[in-house]
Amino acid sequence: MTVIGWIQIILFCAIIVALVKPLGWYMTRVFNGDRTFLSPVLRPVERGIYWIGGVDERREQHWLNYTVAMLLFHVGGFFIIYGLMRLQALLPFNPAGQTAVSEDLSFNTAISFITNTNWQNYGGESTLSYLVQMLGLTHQNFLSAATGIALAMALIRGFSRSSMRTVGNFWVDVTRCTLYVLLPICVVAALFLVWQGMPQTLQPYVDATTLEGGKQTIALGPVASQVAIKMLGTNGGGFFNANAAHPFENPTALSNLLQMVLIFALGAAMTNVFGRMVGNERQGWAILAVMGVLFVAGVAVTYWSEANGTSMLEALGLTGGNMEGKEVRFGIVASSLFAVVTTAASCGAVNAMHDSFTALGGMIPLINMQLGEIIVGGVGAGLYGMLIFVIISIFVAGLMVGRTPEYVGKKIEAREVKMAMLAILVLPLMYLGWTAVGVVLPSAVASMANAGPHGFTEVLYAYTSATGNNGSAFAGLSGNTLFYNLTLASAMFVGRFFMIVPAMAIAGSLADKKSHPPSAGTFPTTGGLFVGLVVGVILIIGGLTFFPALALGPIVEHLAMNANTLF
Amino acid sequence: METAKLQKQAKGSTMFDPKILVPAITSAFVKLDPRLMAKNPVMFVVEIVAALTALIFVRDLVTGGAGLAFTFQIILWLWFTVLFANFAEAVAEGRGKAQAESLRKTRTESQAKLLTGTDRTFRLVPGTALKVGDIVLVEAGDNIPSDGEVIEGVASVNEAAITGESAPVIRESGGDRSAVTGGTQVLSDWIRVRITAAQGSTFIDRMIKLVEGAERQKTPNEIALNILLAGLTIIFVFATVTIPSYAAYAGGSISVVILVALFVTLIPTTIGALLSAIGIAGMDRLVRFNVLAMSGRAVEAAGDVDTLLLDKTGTITLGNRQATAFRPIRGVGEQELADAAQLASLADETPEGRSIVVLAKEKYGIRGRDMKELAATFVPFTAQTRMSGIDAGSSAVRKGAVDAILNYINGGAASAIADGSAVRAIQANVNTDAARELQAIADEIAKAGGTPLAVAKDGRLLGVIHLKDIVKGGIRERFAELRRMGIRTVMITGDNPMTAAAIAAEAGVDDFLAQATPEDKLKLIRDEQAKGKLVAMCGDGTNDAPALAQADVGVAMNTGTQAAREAGNMVDLDSNPTKLIEVVEIGKQLLMTRGALTTFSIANDVAKYFAIIPAMFLAFYPQLSVLNIMHLASPQSAILSAIIFNALIIIALIPLALKGVKYRAVGAGALLSRNLMIYGLGGIIIPFIGIKAIDLVVAALGMA
Repeated sequence: MTVIGWIQIILFCAIIVALVKPLGWYMTRVFNGDRTFLSPVLRPVERGIYWIGGVDERREQHWLNYTVAMLLFHVGGFFIIYGLMRLQALLPFNPAGQTAVSEDLSFNTAISFITNTNWQNYGGESTLSYLVQMLGLTHQNFLSAATGIALAMALIRGFSRSSMRTVGNFWVDVTRCTLYVLLPICVVAALFLVWQGMPQTLQPYVDATTLEGGKQTIALGPVASQVAIKMLGTNGGGFFNANAAHPFENPTALSNLLQMVLIFALGAAMTNVFGRMVGNERQGWAILAVMGVLFVAGVAVTYWSEANGTSMLEALGLTGGNMEGKEVRFGIVASSLFAVVTTAASCGAVNAMHDSFTALGGMIPLINMQLGEIIVGGVGAGLYGMLIFVIISIFVAGLMVGRTPEYVGKKIEAREVKMAMLAILVLPLMYLGWTAVGVVLPSAVASMANAGPHGFTEVLYAYTSATGNNGSAFAGLSGNTLFYNLTLASAMFVGRFFMIVPAMAIAGSLADKKSHPPSAGTFPTTGGLFVGLVVGVILIIGGLTFFPALALGPIVEHLAMNANTLF
Repeated sequence: METAKLQKQAKGSTMFDPKILVPAITSAFVKLDPRLMAKNPVMFVVEIVAALTALIFVRDLVTGGAGLAFTFQIILWLWFTVLFANFAEAVAEGRGKAQAESLRKTRTESQAKLLTGTDRTFRLVPGTALKVGDIVLVEAGDNIPSDGEVIEGVASVNEAAITGESAPVIRESGGDRSAVTGGTQVLSDWIRVRITAAQGSTFIDRMIKLVEGAERQKTPNEIALNILLAGLTIIFVFATVTIPSYAAYAGGSISVVILVALFVTLIPTTIGALLSAIGIAGMDRLVRFNVLAMSGRAVEAAGDVDTLLLDKTGTITLGNRQATAFRPIRGVGEQELADAAQLASLADETPEGRSIVVLAKEKYGIRGRDMKELAATFVPFTAQTRMSGIDAGSSAVRKGAVDAILNYINGGAASAIADGSAVRAIQANVNTDAARELQAIADEIAKAGGTPLAVAKDGRLLGVIHLKDIVKGGIRERFAELRRMGIRTVMITGDNPMTAAAIAAEAGVDDFLAQATPEDKLKLIRDEQAKGKLVAMCGDGTNDAPALAQADVGVAMNTGTQAAREAGNMVDLDSNPTKLIEVVEIGKQLLMTRGALTTFSIANDVAKYFAIIPAMFLAFYPQLSVLNIMHLASPQSAILSAIIFNALIIIALIPLALKGVKYRAVGAGALLSRNLMIYGLGGIIIPFIGIKAIDLVVAALGMA
């Protein structure tokens, strides 16, 4: 580890923290329907959309209606992507002449993009036409992200409202989020990325003659526009197969920094929106602090582990840490940081191969996802995931102050606990359960690139990534098989919607409750004690769930590696 | 009387009284019935897996499997885990059962005198045959057959059966003392009672059920906690059932009994085992405080209370005002005023009167005088005259309300003219200056929260006695404590705002409601609740009933009316309103104990993983022995030690579950950090030490 390395990490954190307040302020205004500096341009567009859709923007929805609207919206999204992929050979904007995608892969991809996962069992440049990338994937990148934020807004309203039946209007929230938040930032970011050398074109692939005289096809496309939302919306689905490691998808160190900032920006700002809406910004900072503690700890372990490399690499004369699977233009720090950021935030873009990380370095991304994508997390999804953990922490420990546990004025009672437990139950069921199947079913075992604990980790990582709606791949595993296409799709589906529905039930139940003013007898949820408590509960409850699996994967691999055994 | 004795016994009985422990052991086995176990999801799951592993053991015994001794020991400890949980519950119940037993004895089968006409003709019917609405006659020596309301007559009643207090109380028709309780005894006179409760639902019946825990329903918070525990149990099902597959991939296998051991140690058995004992013990603590909670919900609500409404008289101040100063008007010596005041109070047996005599003696050295020696006659206080005093020969001394005394002097002048003593009349009329001065002193006293009592002798105004509401010793500190708990106190009083403000300031309450009517009280409660606050209050009169019903925690005084007792969700048998504060503490203690043991239970899992995981996977991944940071002797002893620790910790924590975690009014933050250190951090560390210690014993004894 170097001082310069840590300065880079601190710089990144400082940028994120600096963005929290202005973005939080802006988003709060947007979702409250207040005027913003973009209103003169966007307000007529917004009105037009409601007029076309027949939406009355003043009419709010009960949490059930809100959820049903959201689910219907996704059914539509699913069929658009599935249809486009199956029919792409017949559709325009297909200069590379891509053929129809198979049923199971189309199914997997459609689920993957509507759930904000962006798990990819395909290589973008070799499978999809420009039209599918733009109309199918980029469009869902916007809408799945907007959905996540909308749902988080509904939950926030649950906390901030008192004795109300409604939690907002789904159509209004999604429209406002897309128009006022996602689109403007993406336009600016895409232009920046183009400036850094990223292609943005509908021209066909270019054939180049290499120095050796060989012919090489260079894939192009409308990359910058997709990458901007891929990062901002924590989608992570690469335009190219190599994702953010590809020179056209992440040309420079500066583009790398911008992409990392985009990944965290909205998720971190959502904590501030929460604080503002419940009437105390410090509540938001406390939540961000919980995320921050877990994030920095993760970065430290990964960076330390990658910078130290392994004794076996050193024996080969390769000093200076583990560079395997990393891009030279990013190096160890930016690769380690990117890996932790992308897995903490449910983004899933990768600029280095996590499969090639050291055992412990690769374990942190795995843990980030297993904790439920709550360390900043997916846009919106991270906040509601975190609030679910907060509810459980407050419920267990809050009793110790001798009152029915309360959080930001709302009593945490049987209904909230039930829904919170439901939400966190499904996660281990999916990633532990499918892994258990995947490591013994012979046809599934054949997909592994490595044997022993490393192969085990590949499978565990795949299901964890799918369940957490992260979408990053450990690499190594060949996922485009019928078994993996279907099981991973089920993990993505359950991981997204079986968490959303209970979270929305909590939103409805909280909005309905009276708000209790805090007193000296109320457990303060803005201080270090609260932060420490939530971190502890997340680590213990989360850790207890997957400790056996980690012991059999990265931990035993690390111990074996120290004894010079590789898998 | 018997109950009184018994309650003393209960209070004095230690937790490990053999009279409770021995039946509890039997009861622990009886409770193994799956139908009973199903109420407790965590322990029910343990019972199921214990039974299944026992079946597997029997199968292995027949087919001749390996490692049978080890398997047997694990199974044995699994059953112990379940039994210990049942034992904890039985011990908690045992304490209430003893109390219920004595209550049953007082519920004697008696004959009731059912009135048949409007006169006093009756026929004898068994008490059990009475219906609601029947009217019975109860005469001296009779037991009151059921709960009811006095509709005619006055009687002294011995209520020791329910309150433990043997001094008789007066019950009379109308007013706030009309409720009678079945099982109590009329000592003198007679009353007509309209029966208000059918057999089986009388106060004593309810009391028996409550202390026995027979009708104990899970409280809202307990339900929520059970959901959490069940959820955690399911998560650990996933965590353990997937392990065989992982092991198979790694080329190993794991026996069912080891998986079961891991599973049972991971699920929150500690809190699961003690949860119902904590609830029962909480109710029991209230009962021993002589407070009956009609539901566990009320006890929990008590812990959440934000606002406490307290009646001034009897709660904040001593019921009686006391004389603290003599304030003569100009031209009158203090000694003279004290002398007159003492004379006027010689025969006054009210506490106020006695306090005047005491003050005169202590401050002015005026000794007690004998009424007979003075040949004086006592003029008692009446509602009409609103004054009292003595007439000794030609001299007349009076003390009373200021306006009453002024009236007496002026009116006295009128009557004096009639009987010819013109001298006094003239004196009174020229005294208007004195009257004005007297009024000024009186106002000053009222402003300071006191009550002025004017004194006149032979038609001459002398001055004012300052009677003061004496704020109870230590009450200020109690309110400060409540403030630290985050509870706001509001004093309710019939006094005028000025007096109320002065007393409120002296007592240190946060707010007060002066000249309060029952409607004002109800409105105050509604307003507080609209702000999202939980309100507790106590009351006794029928006019308190709506407020008691509206309050989240309404404590009715046992001396109160039937209406009040029905409206409240707690009844204080001692009728001591200050107890509201203790009730709040008991509610808090109940919640805290649950939280503490849940935290402890979950934190324990860290050490258990470090004991079992390396032991479990050692056969195929020897590298994992690094995780055996406790250096446990062997894989078998590690697993056995973990499961033994898991069972024994239940027994070790029974006293804590029954006594409850101590509540300290130090503010929520400080309280939480303290408890987190003890039960969170302690919960992580203690099992490391415990499991290691047990492992040493297990290894030394060669158990595994």
